[in-house]
Amino acid sequence: MEHRRWFKALALVAVLTVVAGACASDNGGDNTGGNGGVDCATVEFGCVEVGADEAINLGAAQVISGADSTLGQDQVNGIELALDHLDGKFDQKDGTLLDHPVKLTTEDELCSAEGGQTAGTALAADASIVAVVGTSCSSAALGVADKLLGDKGILLISGSNTSPALTDPALHNPFYARTAHNDRIQGAIVAEFSLGSDVGPKAKTAATIADESPYTQGLVAAFEANFEAGGGTITGSEQVDSEDTDFKPVLRSLAEQKPDVLYFPIFVAACTLVIKQAAEIMPDTTLIVSDGCLSSDTLKNAGKAADGVWASSPDLSAFQKNEFYSGEFIPAYQAAFGSDPLSVFHAHAYDAANVVFEAIKKVAIDNGDGSLSIPRQALRDAVFATSGYPGVTGTITCLPTGDCATDVTIGLFLGPGWPVEGGKGDTTAKYTDVKSLDDVL
Amino acid sequence: MAGTEAPRMEAVRLSRFEQLPWRRIILVILGIVVIGVVGIGATKTLTLGKAEGGYSGGAWRDFIVQGTAQGAIFAMIALGYSLVYGILRMINFAHGEVFMAGAFGSFFFADAYEKSGFLDRDPIVALLIVTAVAIGVSVGTAVLLERLAYRPLRNAPRLVPLITAIGASLFLQNTFRGFFGPQPYGFPKPNVLAGNVTVVGVPVQRIQLLVLVVAVICMAVLQWFVSTTTTGRSMRAVAQDREIASLMGINVDRVIVTTFAIGGVLAGIAGVLYSLSFEQVQFTMGFKPGIAAFTAAVLGGIGSIGGAALGGFVIGLLQAVGPPLILTGFGIPSVFSLKDAFVFLVLVLVLVFRPGGLLGTGEAEKV
Repeated sequence: MEHRRWFKALALVAVLTVVAGACASDNGGDNTGGNGGVDCATVEFGCVEVGADEAINLGAAQVISGADSTLGQDQVNGIELALDHLDGKFDQKDGTLLDHPVKLTTEDELCSAEGGQTAGTALAADASIVAVVGTSCSSAALGVADKLLGDKGILLISGSNTSPALTDPALHNPFYARTAHNDRIQGAIVAEFSLGSDVGPKAKTAATIADESPYTQGLVAAFEANFEAGGGTITGSEQVDSEDTDFKPVLRSLAEQKPDVLYFPIFVAACTLVIKQAAEIMPDTTLIVSDGCLSSDTLKNAGKAADGVWASSPDLSAFQKNEFYSGEFIPAYQAAFGSDPLSVFHAHAYDAANVVFEAIKKVAIDNGDGSLSIPRQALRDAVFATSGYPGVTGTITCLPTGDCATDVTIGLFLGPGWPVEGGKGDTTAKYTDVKSLDDVL
Repeated sequence: MAGTEAPRMEAVRLSRFEQLPWRRIILVILGIVVIGVVGIGATKTLTLGKAEGGYSGGAWRDFIVQGTAQGAIFAMIALGYSLVYGILRMINFAHGEVFMAGAFGSFFFADAYEKSGFLDRDPIVALLIVTAVAIGVSVGTAVLLERLAYRPLRNAPRLVPLITAIGASLFLQNTFRGFFGPQPYGFPKPNVLAGNVTVVGVPVQRIQLLVLVVAVICMAVLQWFVSTTTTGRSMRAVAQDREIASLMGINVDRVIVTTFAIGGVLAGIAGVLYSLSFEQVQFTMGFKPGIAAFTAAVLGGIGSIGGAALGGFVIGLLQAVGPPLILTGFGIPSVFSLKDAFVFLVLVLVLVFRPGGLLGTGEAEKV
């Protein structure tokens, strides 16, 4: 009986905590006010009110735990550098925006739809959040975080979602934008490389393997459409489960048609297994993977089997030519976090945060007493009106469907010369191409 | 007399329709439909030309070899589920993690031996040591599980240890993730196991041959152990009736620990074979094979040794041969994505026709 009473007390405390938490986060929002042409009381989605001595609250939904945590942590670092650079210099002291400090509220999106649900719900419930930089993984955004935040009029801008579905006119949430490339471009460039490039396999036939994630399915669909449009034949498309280990029957069945190329843009663990098993089952087929598999773990675990495997990825060497990136950004990253960049999307997240800051500068209403009102709809419209903004990753111009990376450079790297820790030999791209969304199917 | 006769006749007349063996009729119809669908699918697939997506004889041969090798590993894990169920009437859902623990433990030795060159210089000795480590870790995990998680709940309602087992499974997964991180590790394979050998005209990967041979030996030894040794006899006695067995002077706790330990030995060996086959270990690696093996144990008749072994091979073969053979003919794209759905459909059908599983019959057979 003693136990039961104790349990009841604990349950009561838990319930009270939740209620208190929910109430606390309701404060600070929905106060009407403001002038300057926008009436926060009547405008759709209202305004974010920032008190005279309060910080502007920027949300982040990134994967910061688990197997894919480097992808998210790298972007959190990128956003923190953007806060640092608000005063125009990297000095490990955050600058201010319209005389207000900016604070970062980070939620873990776990690189999954479930995690996107949790992180999206938490951030959408916090009325002080101005905008959210995220998510890391397309699966966390598509129909989950983009909808949860969009329903509240909160802008979600991602530095690493690449699934074409997110900005497909039929599925696009009006409050979703991204500075990462659309995989329609990556898929098209891989297809062109496979068909016709001098260094590539000059393939006529190809087979593909996707898994259950929107990222791999988007890439495979883009690859197949462009490969067939370019005169090639798709001999087989399979879908596997990312938790599987035995891909031998799948590979054996695809091998029946003797494809010249096997394209499988799946994630590290499954991708490594496919590389090894395909080396034995279809030794004459050229293997191509994408950035989801381009990792030092893959190189280490696949060993010799990774030799001769092509990997496509945004070509970072294109940014290296950018003086600000190599001369200021990277040294600041190393000084602040004590390591080289953990992944490839830190600069995209940095740009995403800056695009939001620029838009806040345009639309924030100064109430005269030091407080700010930021109308949500106007903020979203200002971000989507971004045109010709000089970002670290290139010129940023947002399209009505939310794609802000216009010209994208994709490189193909030949194993073991991948541009990651453990890459051997020449780690520059053997083939690069720049395309914009207008150029591809 | 006449007064009582009339209503009885009435009752018979009323229930004549109800008395038709509906269950059997539905089963027969279902059976005909299933056989029809399988037959049509298989015929269509086999008559497809190569250009239309058909398969060559070589492909079928490879599917069967791959499915059998995978099935052998499922069978070894399934035996662990089945043994424990036979004795305790409990599903040890953490058994997949016992398998993972063994594989992970052996990885560190295998990796060190690979780096020092011992693995390739003396592969047999190295692999024996690696296997011994895997067995040690798996047995330790299984015995600790029994002692800490299940024994205190021995007399609790059956649902309680089941939930505990799921909890133990999550606990073990996250413990390994906490210690070793979420990333996959590459498991080294000695060079002697690379490449193919030809067995009666069929090219088989050496590792697949090793898996098959070891699995069959293990099952034979287990069968001998359970049917002839004193410990084996006490295991069967406890399985039949724990209380009476205890009255006959059998130390029930000892028998139960032994059962968990035997399951651990098999899981440890399976862990090494699995790691050698796929050359990768990760903290989640126990989950999917665990589910497949549990399915195999149920399919074969849970509690039966022969059933678990048969179930494992059947599941392995179904995954490799089933989707291409039956689904390709109907023009379904990406047939292998339906692999798991296919396996569970077969499980449901088998249980409809034989609720006890393929070999699950009387209680007396259960160990």
